[in-house]
Amino acid sequence: MELAEKDAVFNIFDMNLWYGDFQALHNLHFSIKKNEVTAIIGPSGCGKSTFIKTLNLMINMVPGVKMSGEIKYQDRNILQGSVDLVQLRKEIGMIFQKGNPFPQSIYNNVAYGPRIHGIKQKKKLDEIVEQSLKDVALWEEVKDRLDSNAMGLSGGQQQRLCIARAIATKPDVILMDEPTSALDPISTLKVEKLITKLKEDYTIVIVTHNMQQAARVSDKTAFFLNGEIVEFSDTDSLFSNPSDKRTEEYITGRFG
Amino acid sequence: MNSKVSDRIATGVFVLLASIIVLLLVSLFGYILVRGVPHISLDFLTTESSTVSAGGGIRDQLFNSFYVLFITMLITVPLGVCGGIYMAEYAKPGKLTNFIRSCIEMLASLPSIVVGMFGLLIFVNTFDWGYSIIGGALALTIFNIPTMVRVTEDSIRSVPGELKEASLALGITHWHTIKTVILPSAFPGILTGAILAAGRVFGEAAALLFTVGLSTPRLDYGNWNPFSEDSPLNLMRPAETLSVHIWATNTNGIIPDIDAVSAGASAILILSVLLFNLIARWLGSVIHKKYTASK
Repeated sequence: MELAEKDAVFNIFDMNLWYGDFQALHNLHFSIKKNEVTAIIGPSGCGKSTFIKTLNLMINMVPGVKMSGEIKYQDRNILQGSVDLVQLRKEIGMIFQKGNPFPQSIYNNVAYGPRIHGIKQKKKLDEIVEQSLKDVALWEEVKDRLDSNAMGLSGGQQQRLCIARAIATKPDVILMDEPTSALDPISTLKVEKLITKLKEDYTIVIVTHNMQQAARVSDKTAFFLNGEIVEFSDTDSLFSNPSDKRTEEYITGRFG
Repeated sequence: MNSKVSDRIATGVFVLLASIIVLLLVSLFGYILVRGVPHISLDFLTTESSTVSAGGGIRDQLFNSFYVLFITMLITVPLGVCGGIYMAEYAKPGKLTNFIRSCIEMLASLPSIVVGMFGLLIFVNTFDWGYSIIGGALALTIFNIPTMVRVTEDSIRSVPGELKEASLALGITHWHTIKTVILPSAFPGILTGAILAAGRVFGEAAALLFTVGLSTPRLDYGNWNPFSEDSPLNLMRPAETLSVHIWATNTNGIIPDIDAVSAGASAILILSVLLFNLIARWLGSVIHKKYTASK
């Protein structure tokens, strides 16, 4: 993996991250491929959420963060120099642990990003809203109440609305930070089905503490432990035939 | 003593204390209203006050109170909201921010009579404005900005961080996020704070004694040109407000119906403040419901 892989969206070389004096990530080194679902698993505090937040530099909101190494995105190291955060985050959408719709109408939630990024025509916005909601299989459920407040939706619907909001800005990558940890099993299943479908058009990185979920939805899996990557390989082989003893112990539930 | 008994005693003590507070409030309100309401009439509200004879009203004072309030809020709200946005969203933790915060707190604890003296020295004397509405409004602004900044800062801080994250993660700039996500969510809190501040302004006397003065020129309510001498809208004219009027009537009034006038004016004052508070609560909850879609 010395050379950047061609179809990779992110190439991560030798990346380190510190919160003040505490080193949270150590020498990360791997690639995230286009149109694949990459799952990041590991016990609490292993740095998986920290890592995913560096991919769109949301980590910059945390005071006292320092980073070294490279995260190459579109041939640019986003850890160095000034990065256009607006452009970066437009291309790299993010879904959070808990659905966090704006306390506004369903329509405005989805139209929010495109509108601020410059799309003004009502017709165009209508199309985007409809398409985005259809993409997340929410359209049938909400098409008659687009003007009602998004806070009135159920938890699962809110999370899918947030995914619709993220894809409405037409990103290349969608980052998901434990997107189903606050959802019931049925809503979780819906979101997982959605992830499998979205893979066709987007590159997805998902952080999850649910190993079954990683096994179900992802193509590649990275196992993080204490801020290091213990193992990174095809999901099937990582779960069926882990090469590192620690991975095996974690996925068989002996710790974590 | 077992825990059930102490639990009952604690409940009893708190109920007692709450009843004392309620009783105090009700008796105070009752006293003012019972004494004052009989003197309130359309006539009382629409005639000029009198300096010597009985039967004067509070027309000008009532208008002045509302007008001073309006001008004050016009200055206070934008300044206070901007200050609050700065403190909540831009100020980096550090010495400077702590210094600003202590300044604001200090300003909040200034006795209003001191603010009045400051207004007298600066606006009335140094700027040579004389007793004027604008001077009074600026003094009240000094008095109210800390509250407004604090309320805005608190309301913004109580907006869930996830909303801000969500917006920033969509590639929305900080300012746009503040404008389209944070401020709308913080709005009910800011509004409630503004209305409560309005109540305080309305009842304030000490800061106004030396800034808007104890008199009102003869006003022509048909004249709406703010630059004309006898226009009620003129910002450079003295304007005795309701609370100042109550104080002045009681301390050095020579009219025979002092009691009636001050009781009536007090009732009007307290009813207005009550109204502000009720409106604040009602509006706040209506907007909160609208934003959160809760029933």
